[in-house]
Amino acid sequence: MTDFGIAIEPVETGGRGAVRMFLRNKAAVLGLVVFTLIVLVTVFGPSLYGVSAKKMVAPPFLGPGDDLGPLFGTDYLGRDILAGILTGGRTTLLVAAVTALMTMTFGLMVGSLAGYFGRWIDTLLMRFTEIFQVMPSLLFALVVIFLLGPGTRNETLAIGLTLWPGAARLTRAEFLRLREMEFVKASRAIGCGDLRIMFRTILPNAMPPLLTWTTLIVVIAILFHAGLAFLGLVDINTVSWGSMMGKNRGYAINAWWTVALPGAAIITTGLSIALIGDGLQDAFNPKLRGR
Amino acid sequence: MGLLLAVVVVVFFLIQLAPGDAAVYLGIEQGTGDPEFLAKIRSQYGLDRPLLVQLGAYIGQVAQLDLGQSTYFNQPVLGLILDRLFATVLLASTSLLFAVVVGVALGVFTARRPESPASHGVTIVSLLGFATPVFWSALMMIVVFAAGHPFNILPVSGIEDVRYDGNWFGEAVDLFQHLVLPAASLGFIYLAIYSRLARASMLEVLESDYIRTARAKGAHERVVVYKHALRNAVIPVVTSVGLQVANLLSGALLVEFVFGWPGIGRLAVNAIFHRDSPLLLGIMIFSAAMTIVANLLTDLTYRLIDPRIRVGGSR
Repeated sequence: MTDFGIAIEPVETGGRGAVRMFLRNKAAVLGLVVFTLIVLVTVFGPSLYGVSAKKMVAPPFLGPGDDLGPLFGTDYLGRDILAGILTGGRTTLLVAAVTALMTMTFGLMVGSLAGYFGRWIDTLLMRFTEIFQVMPSLLFALVVIFLLGPGTRNETLAIGLTLWPGAARLTRAEFLRLREMEFVKASRAIGCGDLRIMFRTILPNAMPPLLTWTTLIVVIAILFHAGLAFLGLVDINTVSWGSMMGKNRGYAINAWWTVALPGAAIITTGLSIALIGDGLQDAFNPKLRGR
Repeated sequence: MGLLLAVVVVVFFLIQLAPGDAAVYLGIEQGTGDPEFLAKIRSQYGLDRPLLVQLGAYIGQVAQLDLGQSTYFNQPVLGLILDRLFATVLLASTSLLFAVVVGVALGVFTARRPESPASHGVTIVSLLGFATPVFWSALMMIVVFAAGHPFNILPVSGIEDVRYDGNWFGEAVDLFQHLVLPAASLGFIYLAIYSRLARASMLEVLESDYIRTARAKGAHERVVVYKHALRNAVIPVVTSVGLQVANLLSGALLVEFVFGWPGIGRLAVNAIFHRDSPLLLGIMIFSAAMTIVANLLTDLTYRLIDPRIRVGGSR
């Protein structure tokens, strides 16, 4: 490598370099650790803790740390807040994960078709996307729930329907950028079909920004679901972080912990995912490599 | 215009697909499920016509700025919305103004010293703002500022106090006091977004060639930052403000709900609880129209900031 008298540092490319960059980012690793803990706690917590989130276990409005009651206190019906947070996390995380998957799949389909084929397909699909973008997202989700009725499946659908346009626009922009690149022209020259070029040649190169976007979508979906549940427009029999806050809303002035603690659970989860997203963004950024 | 028409069609069909109509709801309210009564109501409101005829009639109405009649309030929908428009616009614009001004100031200030503790502070606050549900910060403000609590200095609910009736100065001060907490809780979320965006964009601009040129020709540091760099650095912020208008209404909806702020968002939530589909439909169309207008205004703002951009023209 020093044939020309110039030292060229080997640059790591591909996934391994990105993983190393990610692991070097302390904040991102912290986010990953906290998020893993939260997932573990919501999966195994309810059965280990063994207290029902729906049953009265102590007098109502016991503060956190009160000797008579559970660790995080009780709500207006004497239900255990900690049990609620453990159980509610399942609903919230499940809805967020499914929504993110749905949003990215649909956004990817629309965006890749529009960006790759261009012309009238692009115009048509982007016009269609715009319809969903000019309606306030929460209001649109409310209309969908109004239409389908509450229930975890319908809530997921409602949130997914409002969040996909962003993913579609991002995918389209990436496909527009990449389809003019040399390596895409090369694969076209050797006779690859459209589908192969779209999903084997372009898509892997479009993944970094899409992955970062996915982490954002998960956080937004968590907030969205919490918002809907807070308004009381979801299935009232399902415990979630948002619904705990919604039901205790009227008592917040005198029993702050009934809303503050479920909210803190949301913030911690959202923050950990946002840190992961930040780390991913930096890890995929070739400009920051080798620093 | 075509876009608005598409919104009307999509939302109209979505709402028509919903199980149960206004007649059923009114029936429940009157305590009857009598088919004859329901049929009478349906023919009175024209609900027994084919869907396409109803849609055509509705579009004709909307074109004449008539959004129909609310089934719950029994008043014209447009009037109900306009009555509450001021409250929502006041809340949204105050929060946005606060967020943009403070956010850009923080972003610019910290971009000049990227490794300082203040700069890291902005990053942390903006991440927090991104992950915090807007109704949570609103509720926490109520907990802190409510009567009987340490900072009992601001009202935590509603928009006005009756004791100031007729006294315009008192009314204005009262309105402002009621506005502070809702606007602060909504503004905090956007402050997080804009400070981060302004910081990132300022950092990028400060690295560019024309800034180096400006410095090389001996321009004062303050002139470089506030005249050359700031103008270019706020363009992404303006773009984002334009895109956020639709989302701002979503946030305002939750804040209005918590603070009992009599705006369009609370009207929408009530419309859902009362299964008042004409009202809900009207609010959707109205807010879509507002978003479209806001996007046009954003395009015009670009031209003010960046003379190279020509709206609608070729490059």
